[in-house]
Amino acid sequence: MIDLAVVDLSRLQFALTALYHFLFVPLTLGLSFLLVIMESIYVMTRRPIWKTITRFWGVLFGINFALGVATGITMEFQFGMNWSYYSHYVGDIFGAPLAIEGLMAFFLEATFVGLMFFGWDKLKPQVHLLVTFLVALGTNLSALWILIANGWMQNPVGAAFNPDTMRMEVVDFMAVLFNPVAQAKFVHTVSAGYVCASVFVLGVSAFYLLKGKHRAFAKRSMTVAAAFGLASSLSVVVLGDESGYTLTDNQKMKLAAIEAMWRTEPAPAGLTVIGFPSLKDRHTHYEIKLPYVLGLISTRSLNGEVSGILELVAVAEDRIESGVVAYGALERIKDNPQDIASRALFEQHRNDLGYGLLLRRYVEDPRTATPDQIRMAAWNTVPNVPVLFWAFRFMAGIGLYMIALFAAAFVLCTLRKHETRWFLWAAVLSIPLPWIAIEFGWIVAEYGRQPWAVDGVLPTFLGASSLTVAQLWTTIIGFALLYGALAVVEVGLILRTIKKGPSAGHDDEAAPAVADPPAVA
Amino acid sequence: MELPLDFATLRLIWWALMGVLLIGFALTDGFDLGVGALLPFVAKSDEERRMVINTVGATWEGNQVWFILGGGAIFAAWPFVYAISFSGFYLAMYLVLSALILRPVAFKYRSKRPEAAWRRFWDGCLFVSGFVPALVFGVAVGNVLIGAPFRLDSDLRAFYEGTLLGLFTPFSLLCGLLSVSMLVLHGAAWLGLKAEHGPVVERARVIGTVAALLSLALFAVGGLVAAFGDLGFRIVGAADPNGVSNPLRTAVQAAPGAWLDNYGRYPWMMLAPALGFIGAGAALLGLWRRSEPLAFGGSSLSALGIISTVGLSMFPFILPSSIDTQSSLTVWNASSSHLTLFAMLAVTAILLPLILIYTSWVYRVLWGRSTTAALRTNPDLY
Repeated sequence: MIDLAVVDLSRLQFALTALYHFLFVPLTLGLSFLLVIMESIYVMTRRPIWKTITRFWGVLFGINFALGVATGITMEFQFGMNWSYYSHYVGDIFGAPLAIEGLMAFFLEATFVGLMFFGWDKLKPQVHLLVTFLVALGTNLSALWILIANGWMQNPVGAAFNPDTMRMEVVDFMAVLFNPVAQAKFVHTVSAGYVCASVFVLGVSAFYLLKGKHRAFAKRSMTVAAAFGLASSLSVVVLGDESGYTLTDNQKMKLAAIEAMWRTEPAPAGLTVIGFPSLKDRHTHYEIKLPYVLGLISTRSLNGEVSGILELVAVAEDRIESGVVAYGALERIKDNPQDIASRALFEQHRNDLGYGLLLRRYVEDPRTATPDQIRMAAWNTVPNVPVLFWAFRFMAGIGLYMIALFAAAFVLCTLRKHETRWFLWAAVLSIPLPWIAIEFGWIVAEYGRQPWAVDGVLPTFLGASSLTVAQLWTTIIGFALLYGALAVVEVGLILRTIKKGPSAGHDDEAAPAVADPPAVA
Repeated sequence: MELPLDFATLRLIWWALMGVLLIGFALTDGFDLGVGALLPFVAKSDEERRMVINTVGATWEGNQVWFILGGGAIFAAWPFVYAISFSGFYLAMYLVLSALILRPVAFKYRSKRPEAAWRRFWDGCLFVSGFVPALVFGVAVGNVLIGAPFRLDSDLRAFYEGTLLGLFTPFSLLCGLLSVSMLVLHGAAWLGLKAEHGPVVERARVIGTVAALLSLALFAVGGLVAAFGDLGFRIVGAADPNGVSNPLRTAVQAAPGAWLDNYGRYPWMMLAPALGFIGAGAALLGLWRRSEPLAFGGSSLSALGIISTVGLSMFPFILPSSIDTQSSLTVWNASSSHLTLFAMLAVTAILLPLILIYTSWVYRVLWGRSTTAALRTNPDLY
């Protein structure tokens, strides 16, 4: 039997390392493009202050980038280390986008990032701008390929199980590349990164203005962040990835869990703004609903039906029974690869094999499962409703607040009222919010995918490696200590750099006399 | 759909590409690791250390991608190898990852604060992040040659019977030391090209000479162990190069001495070990005569030869199993599907040349020696 303690620890380690990695990635995604914008202004106007601006935010970009790269190494190898059976089972599809990410994106950003920092005096300004742009392009392409891989876990298109190799294999690469879930996730995720970086630039600039320091620098930075942030925050909410949630049974289940919608309602369904979902009662207490809104958002139509949890569990039960038939046929094919009848039977039920495998949590051989176990396995397809319900609402709430913040920023910057104090305070205090929203977003997307590693194909608990609890504790504690120490060092360095301010070591003595000329170090 | 290349050819190409990536990693990031391992010994003062760090400061990050890409490409083309080796060598992999996690941070953060203790700490991290991966990679290769203790069940799930310490056998340690000496030599040769003339380069020459001699000796001993030791596996009967990717359908037996079979069958393969020796010899000559390009070219050839020797000796094996030979992974039974290999080859054929072009351009722009004088004028340097 599968050792569930190993599975839980492997999940804990994956969540810790992924959530941690994802603290640095969004800032990299957004700040790289902000650098492109700032440097473009420098190249167009040739005013030295814009070079100072670019280089200062570049230093912060570099500190953050180092940890993004460092923690990304773990992610690339962790599938093989901790999710060995997963890697075997879906490597034929899932490995390809990771490899292409290396070839197309990571090579690009990592090769040019050195030149970006060290090439200021070796390159013409236009060429340096091109280098900065290539770094930004690389980081964002990186996100594209990772989300194509992740999108496939959420909506496994273009692949089929091969009984001879005991794994999923690609049948249609274009379907994997143009997976609608992946496209939606990409736009949503990079926009979130842009918002994150904009808030960072906005907040730090506001901090300088509150202190009355580096005012020319801070106002300009703030204006760039306000415009970029407003566009991005609109994009992140409007192009949220709910649109993919009607595609498959599992995506429907995730949507139902997010909305704590226990029963299918007549279309168009209402949206629960707030309430207290209870797993035990299978009911949401004290709910406040907006009529019709959910059906409109998620099906983009008036008559599209949004399925409820209880109905989806009933579907899962049927699919588990069909999956048991697929499992039985597969066992006979393993014994005798020439068994034509079993192969034909397998073909009929192959799409439900993953559902049959859910039973391996309870029995070694799914064919021996009792009706009770089948019912329990069907209920396992429901993710943790209260967690998803609340995580989504925190994320969405922050997303809406971001639009308001950047709308205010944009108006104030346009009116040249950069130094409105209540706004500056709001901007400083908002700095942590995008990170919180982004981490909740990861939880909604990946915790909401449970119990599946790959939706409908491979249950998470089957994907783990045959490791021991002791090995896992060793690495979890090791990663926790290492990552914890690095976080302290990183935050310390970022704060130190911010405190030192943009003038340190840089040639901004020629900054225009609009405001206080920064002290030359 | 009929693909223009058959399954066997694609498997062969991807086996060769795996070699190209590992060699690319050894040739580029290899000198970064070597420079890291050399740092405390060749550079004494803070200025010297910064000068040494800046010989690789701007380019190590791109070089490291060879390693990341190696992981991704093995995942895509050889999922069995990716799944079994990384989980089987779990704690060893963890050691490598921890060391490599320290590296970007150490480069970036070291010179951001003036305190001597702070800088010494990160110098120590740079040493660890150069030495530990070099050692563990070699030890891992040694264990691949010995065979790893795993077996597959009928679901093709892998189980292991090994420990971290079990990885460190006399033979695998020999491979580990060979890997360290090879990369230290490469790092020393790199410093000859990129560091300013003076005490640092002289110290690197001395250590590089020792490393070259050590490489020659250890590589020769490794060959003797392969000939007379207990190493080697053979496929029983004929393997179908176009067969199903299911390791359990190939019969394999342990066969001491079998790692030399290929040299009898294909004598041209002897070029690889010959390059291993000739390269190290040339590097030695280059160090001795102060010809930096010869030293660097020699150490590059040597790494190319040594790594190719491992691959060619084992062919068609990629990862044999020491406890259940039936589970062994070979070129003919452990690949991705025909379609995936083909699609990934198409992508690689377009992108890899592009990578080589822009990487060369970046190296050209950044060409020139790292000097202590530059540290005083250029605030961007590490």
